[in-house]
Amino acid sequence: MTTLRAGWVITQRDLAHWVREPWTPIFGLLFSVMLLLVFGFLFGGAIIVPGGGDYINFLLPGMLALSMMFGVERTATAMANDARKGITDRFRSLPIGSASVALGRVGADLTNSAAELLVLILGGLLIGWRITSDPASAALAVVLLLLLRFAVLWIGIFVGLSFRGEGATMAVQVLVWPIGFLSTAIVSVETMPGWLGSVAAWNPLSATASAVRQLFGNPTGITEGPLTDGAVWLAIGWPVLLTAIFLPLSARAYRNLRH
Amino acid sequence: MAIQDALTADGLRKRYGDLHALDGFDLHVPAGVIHGLLGPNGAGKTTAVKALATLIDLDGGRATVAGFDVRTQARQVRQRIGLVGQNAAVDEILGGRQNLVMFGRLAGLSTADARARADRLLDTFGLTEAADRAVSTYSGGMRRRLDLAAGFILTPAVLFLDEPTTGLDPRARNEVWETVREIAARGTTVLLTTQYLDEADQLASQISVMNHGRVVATGTPDALKRQVGGDRVTVTVPVNESLESVAQRLSTAVDAPAAVDAGSRRLTFEVGTGVVALADLVRALDELRMTPEDLTLRRPTLDEVFLTLTAKEVVR
Repeated sequence: MTTLRAGWVITQRDLAHWVREPWTPIFGLLFSVMLLLVFGFLFGGAIIVPGGGDYINFLLPGMLALSMMFGVERTATAMANDARKGITDRFRSLPIGSASVALGRVGADLTNSAAELLVLILGGLLIGWRITSDPASAALAVVLLLLLRFAVLWIGIFVGLSFRGEGATMAVQVLVWPIGFLSTAIVSVETMPGWLGSVAAWNPLSATASAVRQLFGNPTGITEGPLTDGAVWLAIGWPVLLTAIFLPLSARAYRNLRH
Repeated sequence: MAIQDALTADGLRKRYGDLHALDGFDLHVPAGVIHGLLGPNGAGKTTAVKALATLIDLDGGRATVAGFDVRTQARQVRQRIGLVGQNAAVDEILGGRQNLVMFGRLAGLSTADARARADRLLDTFGLTEAADRAVSTYSGGMRRRLDLAAGFILTPAVLFLDEPTTGLDPRARNEVWETVREIAARGTTVLLTTQYLDEADQLASQISVMNHGRVVATGTPDALKRQVGGDRVTVTVPVNESLESVAQRLSTAVDAPAAVDAGSRRLTFEVGTGVVALADLVRALDELRMTPEDLTLRRPTLDEVFLTLTAKEVVR
């Protein structure tokens, strides 16, 4: 109970940051919206969706998944900053459960990402994206997106705790782009050269993007392979696997602060 | 081990690869005092504080804080300590009050109690006017005071201050010193690490000098000063006199070698009892018919204590 309460107090700290400095999250949201507009209008005309369908309906679910993955950078930066500035040490000197710090991060980042999803979904609807499925499927799509965010949260916590220098978070910021684009988020893997498409198909981001497209009733741009029938299961399996790896690694990195 | 010791450390060991950050660190601090932990950079001061504040695991030895074992009773220890580290570990985006309420709630206070406590601490530490401003707008001294207030959120039995005035201007430093004295006056035991000798001299009733991961000397500032030798008498020789011959003559008079600083024309003699030597010097100067530009008598400074003690350590 004290662990949960302490986690909530640490989450509230981030929420208070947004009230104090609203421009930081607003610029984050504007960045996502800008990416959406760049790909939707600037590049969109040149992109053909295999199997047919409107590109904006293909793009938006991909952008939602991409923005969840990009969240890793925010998590890693926040963890590293707190560790470097001694705030984590102060938390550790208080009589709170050892999971509180991570729980606080999870609460804050999931809230932030949920807000981001909301803005992108509303923005998408404004520029012509349509959900053609039922509300239950759409709700499941949102859950799968947040599940991906939950999984990369643990990657971010692990990286932020393990590599506290500013270089490490810069590396995350740079690496997240090729990993993000080497997927079916923006273009279908079927338009890529064969081997590259196979690699991209194994990207966890591709699983979530394809599953979310199916659940919203949008074109998936994929006509064969595991990303068709099995997409929803992959979109559950990948995040669970990533969490199973990086949650214990994060716990170990937190314990290693004692070394 | 006396039962009322607020802090005990016996044979603490901590290794980082080949570096023995703590190498048989012993420390006993009675309740209610300010104890200075003095040492050069890399002596292991911060490691010692982190170990006592339950932040790091030890490779050996045993330590208690307020009667609780740091290894097996970490939670009890954390309920009784405050930690103020080297960088002001407060949230810069939040206001001072928000910071204190957050730390208070994390320390287990209800929200209402945490608010009341925050208001009292803001008042005590002179931050009421700035309470709702973002900490990023605070001066260095204000930030430090907020940091101290955060370490004081539960009126700790033991407060760890790790180089609390590093990087502060003299005025802010005085503010922090004043605050630390007030904290100690309320019965909190303070372990203060510092590399500023005057800081230890000003604040601490007992000082432990640390080098290479262990304590090399402990005592009151005066006792430590006595330990490195007698008083210092310094004579500033006028320019029209020969430095060498005066040095020779005075050296015979006080029966001690002269340390000659040709640039400032100062002769310093390390003597047993300052007052006796002073009388001898004045007589000798009289015989030389020389009026010195300046004549001073002083105790060795803690700097001299420090250099003597840590230099020995390097040799052994």
